[in-house]
Amino acid sequence: MRVYSNLGNKDTRSGFGEGLAELGRINPNVVALCADLVGSLKMQTFIDENPNRFFQVGIAEANMMGIAAGLTIGGKIPFTGTFANFSTGRVYDQIRQSIAYSNKNVKICASHAGITLGEDGATHQILEDIGLMKMIPGMVVINPCDFNQTKLATLAVAEYKGPVYLRFGRPAVPNFTTNDLSFKIGEGILLRPGSDVTIVATGHLVWEALEASVELKNYDIDSEVVNIHTIKPLDENIILNSVKKTGCIVSAEEHNYMGGLGESIAGLLATKYPTPMEFVATQDTFGESGTPAELMAKYGLNKDAIIQKVLELKKRL
Amino acid sequence: MSNLEFLENLTIQVRRDILRMVHKVNSGHPGGSLGCTELFVVLYFNQMEYTLPFSMDGKNEDLFFLSNGHISPVFYSVLARKGFFPVKELNSFRLINSRLQGHPTTHEGLPGVRIASGSLGQGLSVAIGAALSKKLNNDPKTIYVLMGDGELQEGQNWEAIMFAAGKKIDNLIAIIDLNGKQIDGSTDDVLPMGSLKDKFIAFGWQVHEVENGNSIPHLIKNIELAKSNLGSKKPIVLLMKTEMGNGVDFMMNTHAWHGKAPNDEQLSVALNQNRETLGDY
Repeated sequence: MRVYSNLGNKDTRSGFGEGLAELGRINPNVVALCADLVGSLKMQTFIDENPNRFFQVGIAEANMMGIAAGLTIGGKIPFTGTFANFSTGRVYDQIRQSIAYSNKNVKICASHAGITLGEDGATHQILEDIGLMKMIPGMVVINPCDFNQTKLATLAVAEYKGPVYLRFGRPAVPNFTTNDLSFKIGEGILLRPGSDVTIVATGHLVWEALEASVELKNYDIDSEVVNIHTIKPLDENIILNSVKKTGCIVSAEEHNYMGGLGESIAGLLATKYPTPMEFVATQDTFGESGTPAELMAKYGLNKDAIIQKVLELKKRL
Repeated sequence: MSNLEFLENLTIQVRRDILRMVHKVNSGHPGGSLGCTELFVVLYFNQMEYTLPFSMDGKNEDLFFLSNGHISPVFYSVLARKGFFPVKELNSFRLINSRLQGHPTTHEGLPGVRIASGSLGQGLSVAIGAALSKKLNNDPKTIYVLMGDGELQEGQNWEAIMFAAGKKIDNLIAIIDLNGKQIDGSTDDVLPMGSLKDKFIAFGWQVHEVENGNSIPHLIKNIELAKSNLGSKKPIVLLMKTEMGNGVDFMMNTHAWHGKAPNDEQLSVALNQNRETLGDY
C-alpha cells in the first residue's frame, strides 16, 4: 500500500498565493484583483512584485467580477480573490452574464470555502458553491486537496483558456502530494489502488480519505482512493474503471450533498454503471461557529465519517 | 452629400431597420433604440476610431460597450450598416439559430459585440476593466460605454462609479441615456434618483450635460469636448437627454414603446415618417 506522509500542515490558500506569485514572474498577462481580503487570500507577494498588475477594488465584489471580465479584452488573464461565499452566491449573475456567457478568461479564486473557515460562522462559510458554479455552462470547477496541489492548480488554470472556479480553504491541513503526482485539469488521480470499495474525495477530504483507507484495513476492507480535484469536467473514466473493480463507492467532500461532487458521480453512475453509493457531505444545512476539527466532526466530514459510510455501504451489499 | 447629410440619412435608415426588426418578430425594444439612434450613428460613423474586421481584443482601437442590452436593435443596425456583418442578417433578429439574440451576446460570435448584456448594471464595470487593460497595454485609445438612466438603480453601477473616480480611470467616457423613462413608467414615478449630475460630481467625475442627444451636430460637439478632457485623472460622463421613441410621433412622450413592437398599421405610419434613404435590408 502506498504510504502518504504529511510533509507538514499548510493552508491551501497559501498554495494559491505561491502559485499566483510564480505566475506573476512567468506570465506577464496575469493580473490580480481583490475585494479587500489581500491577507486572507495570500496575495501580498504578487502585489509586491507586480504592483501595476494588481487592482484593489474594495468591498465591491460585483464590480470586481465585471472589471475582471473587461480586463480580458486586450489579453489579460485576471485572477479574482475573495472568500468562496462572496466569489459565488453574492455575484452569481455577474459571473453568469459578464464572465461565463461572455466566455471571458477569468479565474475566480475562492478561499475559505466550506465549513472549515470555522469561527466566523455560516455567513462566511459556504457549502453550496460547487453546485452554483458547476451549473453554469462552460465553467470549470476545481477543488484541490492540499498546499502543493493548490499551487499546481493555480499554475494550470492560467494555461487554460476560459472561465474557471478555483476553490480552496483557510485552515492548515496536511500537505502530502508529491511531485510525481502531476496536475492536469480534468484528470483524477488514483492515490491508492484497492479492490473492495472506491472512495472518491475532493479538497480537504482527500487526506481524511487516505487516513480512513489505512484504518479500514482493520475491518479487512481494501479501499481504493481516488482524488478528484476537477469536479467539472468530471474524469468519468477513472471513476467508472474503479467501480467496475470494487462494485461500490463513497464520495467525500466539504459541501452539501446536493450540488456537489457526489451528486455529479451519482448522475454519472446512474446513467452508465449503476453502483451502490454513499455520500460524505453536509446534509442540506448551514454551518455554524466552531473550530475546523469540531465542525468536521459534527457535520460528518472527517476520517471517522468516511469509515462509517464505508461500513454502512458494505452492510447493505 | 455632406458628411452631416449622410449621418442624417443614415439615422433615418437605422430607424427603419429598428422598426422593421421589432415588427417582424413582434417583440424587442424600439423606444430606447430610437432614442439612441443619433448617438450610435455619431459614435460608429463619426467619432470612434477602429478597424474592420472585428477583433475581440480591439488593440489600439476605441471600444464601445452597451450596458442596457435591450436596445440591441439600434446596436445591430449600426454595426451592420458599418459592415461588421451583412445588413441582410438584420432579418434574423430574435429568430431561432440567429446571431442576433434578443440581447447582445458574444456567445454566437456576432462581430462587434464584446460582452453579453441584458441583465442590467454590469456594463460600466466591464468597461472599466477594458480601460485598465488599455492602460496596461500602453494603448492610448478610448473606452465608451452606454447605460440607461433607469439602469442606474442597480447598485453595481455605484460600486463602479466610485471605483472609476477613486482609481482615476480617465480613458473612459460613460454616456447615460437620460430619457426619464423605464418599463413601469417615468423614472421619477418608479424610483426618483434625484440629481444624477450632483451624484456624479460628488463621486468625483467630470460631468458633461448634453441638452439634446437627438441632435447630431450637438452630439458631435459634446463628444469632441469630452474627448478633449480625457487623460485628466477623472472619469467622464455625458448626461445625454434623449426622447424615447424619437422620430416616430406616436412613440414619443410615452414609455409605452419601451418594449413593445408596432403592428402592421403602426409600422406603416412609422415608416412613412422615415422614408427609405440608403436602402432597406
